[in-house]
Amino acid sequence: MSDVVASLMPEFERLRRRFPEGFDSSMTLPCLRRVQEVRGHVADEDIQALAQWLDLPRIQFDEVLSYYTQFRRRPVGQVRLEICRNVSCSMRGAERLLGHVCKRLGVEEGGTTVDGRFTVTTAECLGSCGTAPVMVVDDEYHESMDIEKVDRLIDARAHAEGGRGG
Amino acid sequence: MPREAVVAEVRERDAKILMTFPVTATSHLLAEARARGAYAALEKALRTMTPQQVAKEVTASGLQGRGGAAFPAGRKWAVIQYDDGQPHYLCANADEGEPGTFKDRWILENSPHQLVESMLIAAYALQVRHAFVYMRGEFSAPFRRLQGALDEAYAAGLIGENILGTGFNCDIMIYRGAGSYVCGEASALLSSIEGKRGYPRNRPPRLTVKGLYQRPTVVNNVETLSNVAWIVQHGAEAFKAVGTPKCPGTRLISISGHIARPGVYEIEVGYPWKRLIYDDCGGMLHGAALKCVIPGGISTKVLTAAEIETLNLDPAEVEPAGSSMGSGGMVAIAEGTCMVRLLQVMLRFYHHESCGQCTPCREGMGWLHRLIDRIVDGQGRLDDLDMMARISRLQDGNTICGMGDAAGYATLGILAKYRHEFEHWIREGRSMHEGNLECRRSS
Repeated sequence: MSDVVASLMPEFERLRRRFPEGFDSSMTLPCLRRVQEVRGHVADEDIQALAQWLDLPRIQFDEVLSYYTQFRRRPVGQVRLEICRNVSCSMRGAERLLGHVCKRLGVEEGGTTVDGRFTVTTAECLGSCGTAPVMVVDDEYHESMDIEKVDRLIDARAHAEGGRGG
Repeated sequence: MPREAVVAEVRERDAKILMTFPVTATSHLLAEARARGAYAALEKALRTMTPQQVAKEVTASGLQGRGGAAFPAGRKWAVIQYDDGQPHYLCANADEGEPGTFKDRWILENSPHQLVESMLIAAYALQVRHAFVYMRGEFSAPFRRLQGALDEAYAAGLIGENILGTGFNCDIMIYRGAGSYVCGEASALLSSIEGKRGYPRNRPPRLTVKGLYQRPTVVNNVETLSNVAWIVQHGAEAFKAVGTPKCPGTRLISISGHIARPGVYEIEVGYPWKRLIYDDCGGMLHGAALKCVIPGGISTKVLTAAEIETLNLDPAEVEPAGSSMGSGGMVAIAEGTCMVRLLQVMLRFYHHESCGQCTPCREGMGWLHRLIDRIVDGQGRLDDLDMMARISRLQDGNTICGMGDAAGYATLGILAKYRHEFEHWIREGRSMHEGNLECRRSS
């Protein structure tokens, strides 16, 4: 049994009771989200434990995990930076922002710094077009970003995580 | 709001249904929402109306879907047989993912009780015990706001068991997505709530016949639903007095791009387009000239500055002009923007988001994406443009959901109006506008 799933079990039991009867299959997304929030990614043992508990085929979890872009099957950096580069954000400088962040941290898009502190990824439209460009830092929106703001943010986070930040 | 005030506002063409109050740090909370009259319509519906009367009122109002397809809400509701002995479900579509669209987020963050109240009224009309809000997984702040509103409503006895002591029971639960554009399509959304991949489903059967877990289900956009409380409170006639006879009510327009004051604006249907851009939004960024506008999310066809010159924001005018008001996600594009690069951004997005079920979309999106990348790399050929048009047309109507069609419309729209920019890049090996997507201050 996965420690993470075991520790979340009381919460999962409460959630299961809130769904109408016959909705066990619906538990996959919310449970995986919580597991990921705790562990940072979803591990094999989590899938095993959830599949067994909900009596659902393991393949359903694999399908879900490989379909939705927010799920991670592998550990990533301590700080996750996601930059939207869809139409409205690109029109407000997202491409320059992404280039700057990658250069400053010395990573390619999708990469993690060698010290394991930062992971930089791109995102598609996040519904923040009026406050573009948007960068999501560990699931929180930082809007109307520019190079100055992103530098301050990286400095602060690098400091908080005890490193130099690239 | 008294009837006379409503009519007076209508005459001014400035009626507001959703954005009726100044947003402050506390204006989303229950106490302030109630001071503005929230939950009076719920009280009215539960105490003085039958479910059928509520449904009839909404049908009579002519309310149309605000997610993009503009399907009459009443006609969707009418399919539900409220006494057929099986559970029915109601889902608010808060997956807002059409690029350029951020209007539902305004409601979720600033007026969540308007959605909760409206959903409860809709649930009463459709005799729904369990309702869901399907919210895109990236929306952290909107999730907290709506969950906060639900918690407040539960604590006040406005939701759950025996609502307002009337014996009506309804629970609303937020179901969070996990990153998928296609899940904004109603049937894909239901597949996702069932805990599976967000694959769209073939119709028939319609979702109102076999939807969530094969039970009759109504899926309405957040903005669509949020109008319901107002309609019940003021009546269908008052709603029809707003907007145009064919398209009553207001629209939330989220405007972004090269615009001085981007944001969400509530306009009456029929509002002059240029007034929105030049008066309300302060014109273009740095005083630039307008090149073109994407009217309602990137899946609607681009219209040039000349084309919108005299248009009003009314489907009856935008559709004959060859586009659509779609989801209200408007993008204003300044002169000097490279349309080749803009289409490249769009096609990368569509390719990334294709769910892969249908061959024309799965293969077509990748093909279009590779063609545009080749053009931008300077390796394009003139017949690539005909190929892109051909692929776009092949997708139209040949996929389960509308995404294949939409990507094709976006491509054909830009190719038709800005073909010379593509030809220039192919012939000269570089952009007519230095590949520019931004609108910089001219020095």
